[in-house]
Amino acid sequence: MLLKDEVQMLRQVPLFARVEPAKLKLLAFTSDRVSYQAGQVLFHQGDFGDAAYVILTGNADILVDTPNGQMKVAEAERNAIVGEIAILCDVTRTATVRALEPVEALRIGREQFLKLLSDFPEITIEVMRVLAARLTQTTSELSAARSQAKLN
Amino acid sequence: MEPLLSRYIWTHTRSQQVWILLIVALSMVPYFLAFDLPKQIVNGPITGDGFETPGAVQRFMALSIDLPWIGTLTLFEGVDLERMTMLFALSGVFLGLVIVNGLFKFYINTYKGRLGERLLRRIRFELVDRILRFPPETFKRLKGAEVSSMVKDEVEPLGGFTGDAFVAPFLLGGQAATALLFIFIQSFWLGMITAALVAVQFTIIPRMRRRLLVLGRERQLTARQLAGRVSEIVEGIGSIHAYDTSNYERADIASRLGRIFKIRFDIYQWKFLVKFINNFLASVTPFLFYSVGGYLALNDRLDIGQLVAVIGAYKDLPGPLKDLIDWDQNRQDVQVKYTQVVNQFAIDGLLEPELQAVTLQHDATVMAEGLSAVNLGLADDSGAVLVERLNLKINPGQTLAVVGEAGSGAEALADAIARLVWPKTGKIAAGETDILTLPEAITGRTISYAGPEPFFFSGTLRENLLYRLKHAPLLAPDLDDAARQRRIWDQAEAAKTGNPDHDINADWIDYAAAGATGPDDLYPLLHQAFDTVQLSRDILDLALRSVVDPGLYDGLAEGTIAMRAALRAEFAARGLTDLIVPFEPGAYNIEATVGENLLFGAAVGPELQNANLGSNAYYRSVVIRDGLADDLFAMGYEIAQNAVELFAGLPPDHPFFQQLTFMTADDLPTYQALLQALHGRGFADANDEQRGQIIRLSFAYVEPRHRFGLLTDALRAKIVAARQQFHEFLPPELQGAIEMYDPDRYTTSASLLDNMLFGRLSLKHADGADRVQAVVRELLVTLGLYERVFTIGLDYQVGTQGKRLTPLQRQKLNLARALLPRAEFFVFNRPLQGMDARLQDRLLRATLELLQRDGRDPGIVWVLANAAQANLFDRVAVFKDGMLAEEGTHDALLERNGVFKQMLRV
Repeated sequence: MLLKDEVQMLRQVPLFARVEPAKLKLLAFTSDRVSYQAGQVLFHQGDFGDAAYVILTGNADILVDTPNGQMKVAEAERNAIVGEIAILCDVTRTATVRALEPVEALRIGREQFLKLLSDFPEITIEVMRVLAARLTQTTSELSAARSQAKLN
Repeated sequence: MEPLLSRYIWTHTRSQQVWILLIVALSMVPYFLAFDLPKQIVNGPITGDGFETPGAVQRFMALSIDLPWIGTLTLFEGVDLERMTMLFALSGVFLGLVIVNGLFKFYINTYKGRLGERLLRRIRFELVDRILRFPPETFKRLKGAEVSSMVKDEVEPLGGFTGDAFVAPFLLGGQAATALLFIFIQSFWLGMITAALVAVQFTIIPRMRRRLLVLGRERQLTARQLAGRVSEIVEGIGSIHAYDTSNYERADIASRLGRIFKIRFDIYQWKFLVKFINNFLASVTPFLFYSVGGYLALNDRLDIGQLVAVIGAYKDLPGPLKDLIDWDQNRQDVQVKYTQVVNQFAIDGLLEPELQAVTLQHDATVMAEGLSAVNLGLADDSGAVLVERLNLKINPGQTLAVVGEAGSGAEALADAIARLVWPKTGKIAAGETDILTLPEAITGRTISYAGPEPFFFSGTLRENLLYRLKHAPLLAPDLDDAARQRRIWDQAEAAKTGNPDHDINADWIDYAAAGATGPDDLYPLLHQAFDTVQLSRDILDLALRSVVDPGLYDGLAEGTIAMRAALRAEFAARGLTDLIVPFEPGAYNIEATVGENLLFGAAVGPELQNANLGSNAYYRSVVIRDGLADDLFAMGYEIAQNAVELFAGLPPDHPFFQQLTFMTADDLPTYQALLQALHGRGFADANDEQRGQIIRLSFAYVEPRHRFGLLTDALRAKIVAARQQFHEFLPPELQGAIEMYDPDRYTTSASLLDNMLFGRLSLKHADGADRVQAVVRELLVTLGLYERVFTIGLDYQVGTQGKRLTPLQRQKLNLARALLPRAEFFVFNRPLQGMDARLQDRLLRATLELLQRDGRDPGIVWVLANAAQANLFDRVAVFKDGMLAEEGTHDALLERNGVFKQMLRV
């Protein structure tokens, strides 16, 4: 896929919707387009986080290691961003992400991602929104699980 | 060591010194004869003494000896010669004497040189031998560079002096005495004057030179310290950068250099002052000759021939005198140096030489009763107690975990067993015998030790690993005649200088000690060791990344080429066909750069290297034909435009620039200007330099990576055509500059992995590189290439102190090295420190398993970094504050609820 087509594609991603096309081209140029087959792993829980991924096509499972084996906690769909926590919080990967079907993703290196956030407040706000949404969901799930535990 | 240098020299070179003295004495005869001749020539044939009448003859070369009782013995009657013939005969004799004197000088100098070099070899060896026998604590205070500068530089002048130690005073003294005697014979008073002045010279000059000696000693010390500091800077360069102390180091070095300068300048001042006085005294003498001698001659109390002879003889006096004084100076100087060095090397408690004697036998009987610490007390350099009153027995075959916090004494115990620390009280005993009294040949082969700070010598991985087994020259090498001659010479020379004559080229590897019979079955054992410490993959990767000469490894080239096809098939079978885009002579490789596609080969010489490619005449002729240059120019122009558009306005240190592979941030303004200058103009309008700059960009272009959409099918075909033309008409002078990619040939200038892949990795697949390597590793085994490639990995140079390996690899190698011998006891002193806990656990288990494989049952002492691993051992010894706090089986200690339990809880 050529750079200019990729820019078109990135414009469809809500995260980058408000970024001007010239900057999107730069982003496309400095990041890698990677493709995964179904079942291939984008990254493993516990690894060092060196990149964030924006999923362009396909779905991926988000899995967490538990004492009883791997457990699926969520699904990353098209246009979702994954792997940003390890970069933002400087921790190892908190979950494993595995392609559920053939996945095309944009791999943004650690430094590039951080630079992106500092250069474009629009993206930062979008990332915060994503994180906040996840936190909301996690909180509600946690309270549901707690009340479930109390009942038992 | 002998404190007096002259005695040291005399002890070791007595007979040679006597011989050379005899030769020197013999050389005095023609030397003296040569003095008398000029007088004879001048007085005889030239002025005409004895040839007063025409046709007068004189007897020439009459040789007779007056012997008591027997009477005169005539050796040669002599011949009668006329005046003119006499002149030529005497001149001929003079020339003959000059030649004889010269030959004597030649022989004496050569002999002395050899003498000096032999003594130098002896001293140097003796010094290094002592280093090898220093007690371990010495090394805590020793700076390597200072010691090596002593061995290398400071003893150097000693060799030069050796030849002159006895010969010079004898020779120079003899010459001076001869000259003086000759002056006396000619004229008593002139002789007296000369003798008096010589006496003055000999008293004043050495006195003045005493200060020079003091300065010389200071110079030596400061220079040695400088060497030590420089090496400290090299070793500590990391800290210097990190702490920003480079200017402190600069100041330190500058001040040292200042001091050295001051000392040296002082030396010069004194040296030339002394020289001035010496020269003055030497020139006063001829002044007296001319005035007093001339006066005597004018009064007819001295004939002119005599005066000429005296002056001629005196000409030969200042030389030897000056040399004699210099010799004395030199003697004192080297004595000072020698004393300095000897003092540094005179260390109490040197190991007895017998403890390090070479033995071929393996004697393990003494270990049969196990090792024990008896009343052991250990202290560090400052005297702080490390271990106190320790009694502990380790039976053969028993595994003992030693646990304790850092500084609890656990490490010190391991070091003591390895003889790295000598007990202050008590002993480490094998049976009843103190292990310090055992030869290292026994302890070094029956106890294998791995510590926390590995050291490696520069050399290959294999050399460093097998270093563990090199105890004695076991197998003499097969020698051809020339080599045997050399060996005999080596041995004879070594014997003359007190060096051992062990052959460094012999096979030193003790195969039996590793449980092998020879090089062939040692190999699987190396493998085992590497597998155990999980280093095999690293070694394989090192091999795959290295550029190798396939000629050195049998069958490597063929195997690699077979691998290319096999890899393709394997990738296809796994549905990874597009992972690698192979190089094909007739096709464009989309994953390679345009430049690479054009050249289709590896540039070997400088001519076709990327930087010079554009200016190569032949290359340009090919590119310009068919108008390819136009296309490349247009392409480069687009790339420049894109780059400027993308990156203009970004600060030069922006991380995005990492992606800009074809230019640097600094190039950006240049290209901006270039684009403006070339706006609306094509290839034809650009000048040579601009063309070069623009076309250069196109060379680095890879479509899938840069994605500017610049490569059309037509352009690709054009590039491939140009490539084929380029190769077809390659002029002879460029034949050696490029190695073409050939599916059936090994590319020697590319890495082994590149040779196997013979193509470029596609960027499309995530972790493509890892997958490729995994497939390569599997195929190496299938194709039977694994061993060969592994061998290449073993030939990897580890660099100084193993610094070309990662710290983790160094630790693993250190452990593997200790596992190699089939020792009776293995001592591990936190060898896994710093690794992550999971890896530590795996390596510990694997190591224990390896050591106990095949029914082997060695004793193991392991100082553990993690107390939780103690359950893998028969017994556990718990250290706290230098004392043995608890000891027993793991389960027993758990029940006791003591220190061990507490440690586990933490």
